[in-house]
Amino acid sequence: MTNANTTLPPERLLELKDVNVQFELREGTVRAVNGVSYHVNRGEVLGIVGESGSGKSVTVRSIMRLLPKNTSRDDGSILFQPEAGKQIQLDGLPSKSRKIRELRGDAIGMIFQEPMTALSPVHTIGTQIMRTILLHRNCSKKEARERAIELLRKVQLPRPEQLVDNYPHQLSGGMRQRAMIALALSCDPVLLIADEPTTALDVTTEAQILDLLRELQAETGMSIIFITHNFGVVADIADRVAVMYLGQVVETGTVDDIFYNPQHPYTRALLQSVPRLGQAPVHRLKTIPGMVPDPFNVPKGCSFNPRCEFAVQGTCNVEVPPLVRFSDDQQARCHFAGKLPEEVA
Amino acid sequence: MTLEATAASGEPEVKGREEDLYTAKPWTLIWWRFRKHKLAVASLVFMIILAITAIFADFISPYTPFSFNRLNTFAPPSIVRIIHDGELQRPFIYAVKRKRDPETARVLYEEDRKKVLPIEFFVKGQPYKFLGLVETETHLFGVNDRKQEINLLGTDSLGRDLFTRLLYGARVTLSAGLIGVAFSFVLGLALGSIAGYYGGWWDSGIQRLMEFIRSVPTIPLWMGLAAALPVAWDPLFVYVLITIILSLIGWTHLARVVRGRFLSLRTEDYVLASRLCGASEYRIVTKHMLPAMTSYIIAAMTLAVPEMILGETALSFLGLGLRPPVVSWGVLLQDAQNLRSISLAPWLLSPGIAVVLVVLAFNFLGDGLRDAADPYGH
Amino acid sequence: MLGFIVRRTLWAIPTLAFVSFISFVIIQLPPGDFVTAYVAQLRNGGEYVTDIEEAMMRAQYGLNDPLLVQYWRWISAIIFHGDFGRSLEWNAPVSDLIWDRLALTLIISTLSMVFTWIIAIPVGVYSATRQYSFFDYIFTVFGFLGKGIPDFLLALILMWVAFIWMNLDVGGLISPQFEGKPWDSAKIINMLSHIWIPLVVLATGGAAGLIRVMRANMLDELRKPYVETAYAQGFSERTVVWRYPVRVALNPFISTVGWALPALFSGDVITAVVLNLPTTGPLLLQALKMQDMYLAGSFILILSVFTVIGTLVSDILLAWSDPRIRYS
Repeated sequence: MTNANTTLPPERLLELKDVNVQFELREGTVRAVNGVSYHVNRGEVLGIVGESGSGKSVTVRSIMRLLPKNTSRDDGSILFQPEAGKQIQLDGLPSKSRKIRELRGDAIGMIFQEPMTALSPVHTIGTQIMRTILLHRNCSKKEARERAIELLRKVQLPRPEQLVDNYPHQLSGGMRQRAMIALALSCDPVLLIADEPTTALDVTTEAQILDLLRELQAETGMSIIFITHNFGVVADIADRVAVMYLGQVVETGTVDDIFYNPQHPYTRALLQSVPRLGQAPVHRLKTIPGMVPDPFNVPKGCSFNPRCEFAVQGTCNVEVPPLVRFSDDQQARCHFAGKLPEEVA
Repeated sequence: MTLEATAASGEPEVKGREEDLYTAKPWTLIWWRFRKHKLAVASLVFMIILAITAIFADFISPYTPFSFNRLNTFAPPSIVRIIHDGELQRPFIYAVKRKRDPETARVLYEEDRKKVLPIEFFVKGQPYKFLGLVETETHLFGVNDRKQEINLLGTDSLGRDLFTRLLYGARVTLSAGLIGVAFSFVLGLALGSIAGYYGGWWDSGIQRLMEFIRSVPTIPLWMGLAAALPVAWDPLFVYVLITIILSLIGWTHLARVVRGRFLSLRTEDYVLASRLCGASEYRIVTKHMLPAMTSYIIAAMTLAVPEMILGETALSFLGLGLRPPVVSWGVLLQDAQNLRSISLAPWLLSPGIAVVLVVLAFNFLGDGLRDAADPYGH
Repeated sequence: MLGFIVRRTLWAIPTLAFVSFISFVIIQLPPGDFVTAYVAQLRNGGEYVTDIEEAMMRAQYGLNDPLLVQYWRWISAIIFHGDFGRSLEWNAPVSDLIWDRLALTLIISTLSMVFTWIIAIPVGVYSATRQYSFFDYIFTVFGFLGKGIPDFLLALILMWVAFIWMNLDVGGLISPQFEGKPWDSAKIINMLSHIWIPLVVLATGGAAGLIRVMRANMLDELRKPYVETAYAQGFSERTVVWRYPVRVALNPFISTVGWALPALFSGDVITAVVLNLPTTGPLLLQALKMQDMYLAGSFILILSVFTVIGTLVSDILLAWSDPRIRYS
């Protein structure tokens, strides 16, 4: 299964092939990530959309090798190419290994969902940023502090010289998330993983944080994996999108492909449940029938089949659908991809 | 705009056991969750057995707690055997012979391997009033002999049967713990709910008081209060006062739990909803808030019992709590206070082991209940 | 921060007045008073005291005055002259009896507390980071046993074990032959051979509880997102654990340092009684039993004062260690 010998094309920053993650819980085995493949190119923003429990966060944690202790299966290939020609195999690295620790916080930065609790409550913002800089960069404490102030300025926090000595609880939610971004950027990462960074924020703050991320991305040329459950946010920031359902990527494509020409019934259903301008006035938005199946017994065949309005008994609930490729970038995992009836706009 | 809301809005499809899970009443859920906690279930069984034994102590024990026997002082525990001369028999003990060590003049007991005393059930013995009501002479078990005794845990310096005294002591010690908890429950519930419900000035005042009581070392405080009780008072009255003293200090823990639950429940939407519906304060507290914290309170009370028991034991051990002729585990342990008696008669420590077992059982039980208290949590 | 300290210190003053009054009430609580007890003592000694003489003595000591007046006399003597009154039983000023025992109590308590911390914190951290491992189970069992076994029982058992198997007579702090002799190396060695039992007893009892608290705190903290953030910065496990969650989990401990102050002063009374240690605890017990009320009341007063100061110290330490409280 591993393709350690594959050489990534130079524009490729990260490539996941057939990644699987399982957890052992008291109630049984959870197949959290079930053969996920996607890639990130240099300077690109990849949006990952999915409901909670679809495995989007677990997948990025397997990139960071930050899987919980009860992980029972963790395989597939994860290749990372921080600079052209220098390829690192991340899969199989133990969480504690020196190799991955050197990448974390340095080449790969990560932002988390809860800015309220993701920063240590008993250390100042400055201390937390400085520790990361001192860990990865060979510099004096004074230089690290200056760099920390510089970073806080970069994320557009007011009075960075003062804020550097403040504790997280003295900052508002939006400011904390900015500080979190500054922490993630402290060593100029080539890849920034943002795990629902705006979910806990109100809408205006969310827009500001998205603006900031876009600016920073344009300025530094880093790549971003942006995880969200909000299609609006994806449209706002991403270049390409991967839609996940029950531990699988069901469709990938450029933002335009996904929004204007969705091929997977799940993507379609999701989009229909979101109000859009120019839509014919309807009384109710469509909902997806049924509930997300519990992760202990994923349906046979296509995992979406019990809730799919196009499902055909005998096919969809028996065979696992293949990945159908449409264009260079768009792929969908459905028996009837490309053959679905036209959307009624 | 979010997916979570749209996706979850379908009809739930649940079947079989899962359906039970959705429709089960809270107490059923608590019981299911508690059942998973093996140690807690074992502790519950142990406590129930102990409670029954204590209630029927007079019937189960072979003797009465005050019947002394000058010829049977410091007798070691009788060993229950089933094999005599290589043959299987009904459970029996050997008779013992009392001797004196010629050098040290200490009394020694030696088993007489020839004389078999079978253990019999429903034997006639010393008269007592069953549950304080019916005069009877029947004991659950014993040996049929005029001179020999069965002492499962040996005897003390006056030749009193320690097993009997341990069972009678269980009555006093356990009930002191329970009554103490009941008192502290009243105090804790009242003050805790005032602090949690009204908040503000009341809350900070009660909080400070609780902090202070908690930070005073308990034993000296207990000692101070207990020493204020006159020596000459009726032992039963002293017993009640001691439990009150224990609860005067023990209520803080309960009050803290109640206060914390009140604080978190006060902001719950359903409480706000009932207020909007025009429910009276009294109704909100009794019908909506108290039921939501019953399981927590029960767990906290269970965890408070061992502290009371340890307190009673410690005070009585020091001679400040219950005094003879009242029999409690602490009083029994007074006999085991010095090295000489322990090395002479190690079985005098057995009330201590009983204390340890009961304290552990209550702790396990409380831990299990606390884990099960919130059946909707994870 | 300064404002906080000043505010809290000011709060402590009415509290101190209150607890001193309570201590005095406790002194007064038992039926009879100082003179009753004193006269009873004299009569037991064979002296003849008339009721009139008794009443005169009562007037002389001002025992007929209202409670508040008596309280003021008692507390002003303590504040302005350091005079705690006389111990009836010892027939000596209370202050002469207390201070040398206090020093010894402080030594034993402090040592045992240090031992407790040295054992409990690393073990608690280990148990939490290696949850459900073999040693975690061992420590959990140890913790439960430590919680269930009363200190005095542990002391008794250790004493018995030391006596039976090691043939050591471990009661008291020094062997009788050294009593009243000047401190030399032999006496110190002799004391060290005695002091380990109280230390083991006190540290075991304390550590068992602390391990459980530390483990629970650590388990709570390890689940918090900031720990994952720290891992995502590339720190090693040891750095992450000791720099972040341990630092937060220690807060409640730091705050209890102050609360340990009254406990340090009183020592563990029961252990001290069982082991026959010349600390403050047994003296207090004796005073309470004999209704030697000035001695007992002074103890309770000093204990309460230590408690108030300890709470103050705790609050300040907590504010210092946890910025969330400092700025709220």
